[in-house]
Amino acid sequence: MALKTKTSTRIGVTILGWGIALWLFFPIFWMFLTSFKSEVQAISTPPKLFFMPTLSSYAEVFERASYWHFTFNTVIVSVGATAIAIALAVPAAYSMAFMPSKRTRGTLLWMLSTRMLPPVGVLVPIYLLARNTHLLDTCTGLAIVDMLTNLPIIVWMLYTFFREVPAPILEAGRMDGATRWQEMTMVLLPLALPGIASTALLSLILCWNEAFWSLNLTSSHAAPLTAFIASFSSPEGLFFGKLSAASTLAVAPILVFGWISQKQLVRGLTFGAVK
Amino acid sequence: MSRLKTTRTTLCTLALLLTGSALSGANAAGTLTIATVNNGDMIVMRQLSKEFEKAHPDIHLNWVTLEENVLRQRVTTDIAMKTGQFDVVTIGNYEVPIWAKQGWLTEIKPDAAYDVNDVLPAVRDSLTVDNKLYALPFYAESVMTYYRKDLFQKAGLTMPDAPTYDQIRQFADKITDKGNQVYGICLRGKPGWGENMAYVSSLANTFGAQWFDMSWKPTMTSDAWKATLNWYVSALKADGPPGATSNGFNENLALFASGHCGIWIDSTVAGGLLFDPKQSQVADKVGFAPAPKGPYGKGPTWLWAWSLAVPASSHQNADAQTFITWATSKDYVKLVAAQKGWVAAPPGTRASTYAAQEYLKAAPFASFVLNAIKTADPNGPTAQPRPYTGAQFVGIPEFQAIGTQVGQTVAATLSDQMTVDQALTSAQSSITRALRQSGRAR
Repeated sequence: MALKTKTSTRIGVTILGWGIALWLFFPIFWMFLTSFKSEVQAISTPPKLFFMPTLSSYAEVFERASYWHFTFNTVIVSVGATAIAIALAVPAAYSMAFMPSKRTRGTLLWMLSTRMLPPVGVLVPIYLLARNTHLLDTCTGLAIVDMLTNLPIIVWMLYTFFREVPAPILEAGRMDGATRWQEMTMVLLPLALPGIASTALLSLILCWNEAFWSLNLTSSHAAPLTAFIASFSSPEGLFFGKLSAASTLAVAPILVFGWISQKQLVRGLTFGAVK
Repeated sequence: MSRLKTTRTTLCTLALLLTGSALSGANAAGTLTIATVNNGDMIVMRQLSKEFEKAHPDIHLNWVTLEENVLRQRVTTDIAMKTGQFDVVTIGNYEVPIWAKQGWLTEIKPDAAYDVNDVLPAVRDSLTVDNKLYALPFYAESVMTYYRKDLFQKAGLTMPDAPTYDQIRQFADKITDKGNQVYGICLRGKPGWGENMAYVSSLANTFGAQWFDMSWKPTMTSDAWKATLNWYVSALKADGPPGATSNGFNENLALFASGHCGIWIDSTVAGGLLFDPKQSQVADKVGFAPAPKGPYGKGPTWLWAWSLAVPASSHQNADAQTFITWATSKDYVKLVAAQKGWVAAPPGTRASTYAAQEYLKAAPFASFVLNAIKTADPNGPTAQPRPYTGAQFVGIPEFQAIGTQVGQTVAATLSDQMTVDQALTSAQSSITRALRQSGRAR
């Protein structure tokens, strides 16, 4: 009886899991499908599931915009912002996790509170700063803003992962004469590597998808893939096919990257969960 | 140790790449950055701009295509903060007078060969402030009626040469066949100053309504506004498609092009799109008529001109003026005709385009467009004297916010969240508050 209940629960959970997964994946699937439709097919009612696929939207997207230029900018900004953020967040999280003061908790909460402010609230000051430092429409400017935007969440994640590392291991390193730098780089980092990798991956995804600052701080030289997608939205004329093709091209690299690294991502996110 | 070296190398490479990107951000002399929207005519301009670069080897063109609202926001920020990121901007006749008065735009002085008198007077006037031209029109649009000839024939109806809104309502009732997803009338319902309010403002003018009286007091609770909204709401509820509050220009275009609308009253720019068999399943069944008249019958009608202007913050004024003169010239129209066919010629701007027999032959809707634009008078009188200009908008900076807010209230009447009276009372108080806050009204 108990076995029967267990089996039916397992089947129920599996169906629910698949249902949620398919529900979440459906918009991406539909976008991918629409990218192979003509503009008339893309807007047809009822929507067509079976149709003669065409690459015309992709051809037009490649003809109108330099996809590789936008991709290059996205890679530079995402990787650059993530690398700088990790470099700054590791020492910050290390000190907060292993040398906490009475203000650590307050500082952590204050850092997180900056994420609660709508970005448009600081648009004018950031825009003016970027203009005055000649960082408008540059990958450097966008990478700095992306890095600052994601820094609180990265520090929080790393702080959580570092707290899972037993302090006596670090103490043992110190007993063997390791300096603070060596303790952090040679003892802590290898132990927390899965957590750091998943944090970096999350930051990479957040930077890749960031649209508000990309649209406001860049125009042509440093415009990333989010600006590439936005350029295919049209106020007068049919554009769903082309927009879907542009979106598919924009999400494809990060989707493939996420697929390849999903093991590390899951391992990192569940790091220390069983301890 | 080797890991440390790898980390250092990676960081150095990144720093170099980021520095390189920072340096590339500066605009090279002779490079014009053009901010534009993703419209069919703009795309053609971009493709043909290679000819301009061939003729002007010292000028290189750099294109930034943005979504319409993002473009407005970006360009406003750029000009207001004098950043000088854009040398040519694509704006409409709503922005031109406001921005020109702020000193944000450079006066355009085309040479005699440009033949500025060939530009249709209504369009030219809408881009002129104190007798100075501040932008050149790339293409212009007004409003007209599209209808399905086959459905009219089946119902034994004939579209009059000058339809009235009463007639349109009767026709819509007769051709609606909801069982087969054919809706008698499609109108803009999506909230926004450039979406539902563009149509509703235009409708209000012909019903004898207006936004403000001479002391900037809103007149939303007037009988004329009630009649306007009652017509609009009852027509869409009885004969419109479901979920009309989600339908803007593109959604209605898609509905009409796929055979779901009997009548559609909207921008003249849709003519070319509905007539194109690649984009429309009803290309051979589309009929055209002028925009219907309401009880008042007169009043300013819709006029929008996508235009090219040079921001005062641009450091390359001369080159920018050379480009916009080329892109809006008679020669450019001929170039489009030669390369893309006459039907692709930018509509609504030049008398010479409508004098070309090839164009009239290729675009059967051309005479309706010309007539609509010729008679559109955004500065014309409303039923009562008014302190503002504009037909489908009010030419004041506050209108983007006011129009969008009232647009949401109007949409609420379609989704039964408010009655027409409640919506108009709410609009009256929200506009009064907004104008008091801006200091325009006491």
